[in-house]
Amino acid sequence: MDLLPVKPLACILFFVAACAYLVPAGAATPREIIARAVLAEDAGAKRDFIGQLMGQADPAIAPLLEAWRTDALFIFTATDGAKIPVVLTGERDEAGTQTAARIDTGAALTAANGQPLRLVVADLAAADHTSSLRRAMKAVLDLADLAASEPAKRIKAILTIGLAQDAEKLPALQARLAIEPEESVRRALRESIALAQLKDDRDAIKLAALGELKELRSLASTDFLTRSLKESEAAGKPALARAAREALRSVESHRSFVDFFGTLFRGVSLGSILLVAALGLAITFGLMRVINMAHGEMIAVGAYTTYLVQNIFGTGITIPFFGFSLPIFGLNLTGAAYQWYFIAALPLSFIAAAIVGIGLERSVIRFLYRRPLESLLATWGVSLVMQQGLRLMFGANNVQVSSPTYLSGNWLVNDIILGWNRVFVIGFAMLIVFGMWLVLTKTPLGLLIRASMQNRTMASCMGVRTERVNMLTFGLGSGLAGLAGAFLSQIGNVGPSLGQGYIIDSFMVVVVGGVGSIGGTILSAFGIGGIDQVLQQYLPYIAPGLSWVPGIGSFLQNLAQDAAVFGKILVLAGIILFLQWKPAGLFVTRSRNLED
Amino acid sequence: MSAPTVRRYELIAVTVIALLLIVVVPLLNANGVISHFDLSRYGKYLCYALLAISVDLLWGYTGLLSLGQALFFTLGGYMHGMYLMRMIGELGQYKKPIPDFLVFLGWERLPAFWEPFASFPFAMAMVILVPGLVAYVFGYLAFRSRIKGVYFSILTQALTYAASIMFFRNNLLLGGNNGFTDFKFILGHSLADPATSRWLYIATAVAVLLAFLFCRWLSKTKFGLVQQAIRDGENRVLFSGYATAHFKLFIFVVAALLAAIGGALYTPQVGIINPGEMQADKSLEAVVWVAVGGRGTLLGPIIGAFSINYLKSWATTAFPDLWLLILGGLFVLVVLFLPGGIVSLPARLKAAWQKLAARSARKDRDSPPAPDSASAKS
Repeated sequence: MDLLPVKPLACILFFVAACAYLVPAGAATPREIIARAVLAEDAGAKRDFIGQLMGQADPAIAPLLEAWRTDALFIFTATDGAKIPVVLTGERDEAGTQTAARIDTGAALTAANGQPLRLVVADLAAADHTSSLRRAMKAVLDLADLAASEPAKRIKAILTIGLAQDAEKLPALQARLAIEPEESVRRALRESIALAQLKDDRDAIKLAALGELKELRSLASTDFLTRSLKESEAAGKPALARAAREALRSVESHRSFVDFFGTLFRGVSLGSILLVAALGLAITFGLMRVINMAHGEMIAVGAYTTYLVQNIFGTGITIPFFGFSLPIFGLNLTGAAYQWYFIAALPLSFIAAAIVGIGLERSVIRFLYRRPLESLLATWGVSLVMQQGLRLMFGANNVQVSSPTYLSGNWLVNDIILGWNRVFVIGFAMLIVFGMWLVLTKTPLGLLIRASMQNRTMASCMGVRTERVNMLTFGLGSGLAGLAGAFLSQIGNVGPSLGQGYIIDSFMVVVVGGVGSIGGTILSAFGIGGIDQVLQQYLPYIAPGLSWVPGIGSFLQNLAQDAAVFGKILVLAGIILFLQWKPAGLFVTRSRNLED
Repeated sequence: MSAPTVRRYELIAVTVIALLLIVVVPLLNANGVISHFDLSRYGKYLCYALLAISVDLLWGYTGLLSLGQALFFTLGGYMHGMYLMRMIGELGQYKKPIPDFLVFLGWERLPAFWEPFASFPFAMAMVILVPGLVAYVFGYLAFRSRIKGVYFSILTQALTYAASIMFFRNNLLLGGNNGFTDFKFILGHSLADPATSRWLYIATAVAVLLAFLFCRWLSKTKFGLVQQAIRDGENRVLFSGYATAHFKLFIFVVAALLAAIGGALYTPQVGIINPGEMQADKSLEAVVWVAVGGRGTLLGPIIGAFSINYLKSWATTAFPDLWLLILGGLFVLVVLFLPGGIVSLPARLKAAWQKLAARSARKDRDSPPAPDSASAKS
């Protein structure tokens, strides 16, 4: 065991003091120290032992101290009279006995003959603890995270101390700063130290802390800086007030920078989501002019396929359906192999949704090509049936689709949080747009599709089997919806009504972009996504300014507080107004036909 | 069958149904033959029938498939609901003079826009004005830019969607997702009193009859003919010099008002109104009633609203899991195989019967030499 990677000043003092009058010097493991602390007679000695644990990163410390605090740590008196601190482990048998583990070594407690001893709780004395001891334990546990092996955990512990402005822990932070190798953790340490120093009585230290915060542009410090500004103004210290004001200004400018780019990123990512969801529709509605209200359910089919694939890679699943149950066996993969499930799910969700789409086209839609309003109605009926079917098969609740490790987590660039899944969706959206462009413009199938959609009769006369092209086109559109579902499963919940949430947005994107224009769809998806996010970000700032509207001012103000909803309503209203200006959307596919 | 006979048959059918609904059913209820539960259920169906008529007026007669009629229905319901909420007075759970949900949201005084709703005439005026205004503004914008066909459907659906997410919020001060409920009085009469609900039922039935007669009259006027011409060939009407946008706007507002009246009658009878009623699905469900009953007729929507809702209340208790499958499947089948709806069934059956009879007659006539397959087909 690597001993004492951190040696904050306080610990060393404690350690030296403890060594001096109690224990023969020697490298004791944290377990041994705890065992000694339990056995120590004097409360002060116990506290000193606990103090030695300060800043140590041994994972055994936390559970043992926790056990002590909750009376689950016992003192076992052996037959020879030796006192051994133990915790009880293992299952309790009929006689109420349990096996035990020694605190000092962590090994099982054995009798002289090597057999494991079984103890009864009632026979044992719990190690006692006083309130000052519990406080000492708490201090140790707080600082233990400072030395945790994962940087994220360290940062969290550091910031907790900083935000509490805990001056007592300053030495520990400073000691850590001296040895911390990780740059992001160092930043957090400097931030926390400066925050804690703001409470210092000496002006020079305060001034230095303000300067540090200004340089760090620490977003978390706004409240503290404001308070410090007020205090120094009240105390009549212009130099401090000026420094605080400067620090605040620097933090605020950084915040607006972060907000701006964060909004931009969220806008692009929402735009990509809309685009991914609407691309399938851009084909079925845009090119084929079929109003497929079951488009949302195609998305759901893709998402549920992902869920199925995940379970097949895992432990399998049983699907009930009309009284039958269909068991699907799992591959029981774990670790890296299991993480591949998402990659496998992508083509499968495309295929599954494409098959469902082709089935729908063959059974319902092909009879309704000349009656668009009725295809809207019939496909709505289909969407009801599909939703209920999904509900019967997978239950009415949302199902759990886990994110593979390469899609979870965040990427922090200059305080701007970029979720990996969102970055991935943006990249993926670009990829399928490119793929679709390839299929439509560079393959024979794409040529046939474009020919049939532009002039069905003419294409048919030229020998194109338009029926078959229709079927394949619809399959392509549905498959894209399924692919969207696979991705949306990483972003939102997967439930039977998943598709309903996207259907109206998707139609809006296609209509605004101009029906039949893929480029328009792309532009309008990013436009709508961007405007939506900008409104969500900045509406709360505008809200107080709405009070001038006569009569309903306070009412509007109230409503604007719900930035997400109000923003969405404004976007829809904006779309209706936009269509006044450009009734056929951004890009018009011109035609001499009056009815088009 | 000549036109006058058809008209006479129709007159007889309408008179019989109207008498049955307006006179016989309430009498039976007063004598205990029909339970109060059933009566209020029929009242609800009649409100839905008004909604269905409004959908049919647009879809069946003008060719405008509006997926926003549930919005106007619910708006009417909310306007009446606000009056009913005011009438609760201090009998709510919090014993305060303002509605419970406002107390819950921390309001001490009534917001200004709630004040006038204590007056019944004002509330009724709002039932007409608010949905009418929404329909006018939306219709004006939509028809001015010549949005038609499926685009119109999608836009009305988006409008409904936007409104529903707004009504789901507490900040709108209209009850959030719980809406309005626990009504106590209407015009000084207790809603718990069977006589009150009977009169409400009668009022609804009369409203349906009036709406039916109005639409029937409208469809026979010159206006109605232009309206149907728009459905069949809008460009031709446009080029003949009619400003189709004005015609469409007028009919859109009229349909919204019909739906709003239905909603206003719905609220006191069902005892609750919430944003769930204005979701896009509800509008589509109303379209199902019309499609199943028979679009482009006036009896069709009423029959459709009654039969589908009857089926619904039976199926949701008997087969709760299968109801959506039944509804969806029924809809697909009707759209594919019975575009005329239930109303067209007699004529279809008759045609099929005549065809069958003709075929068998022909078979009898020249049975030994098999008939030429081509002529048999035609």
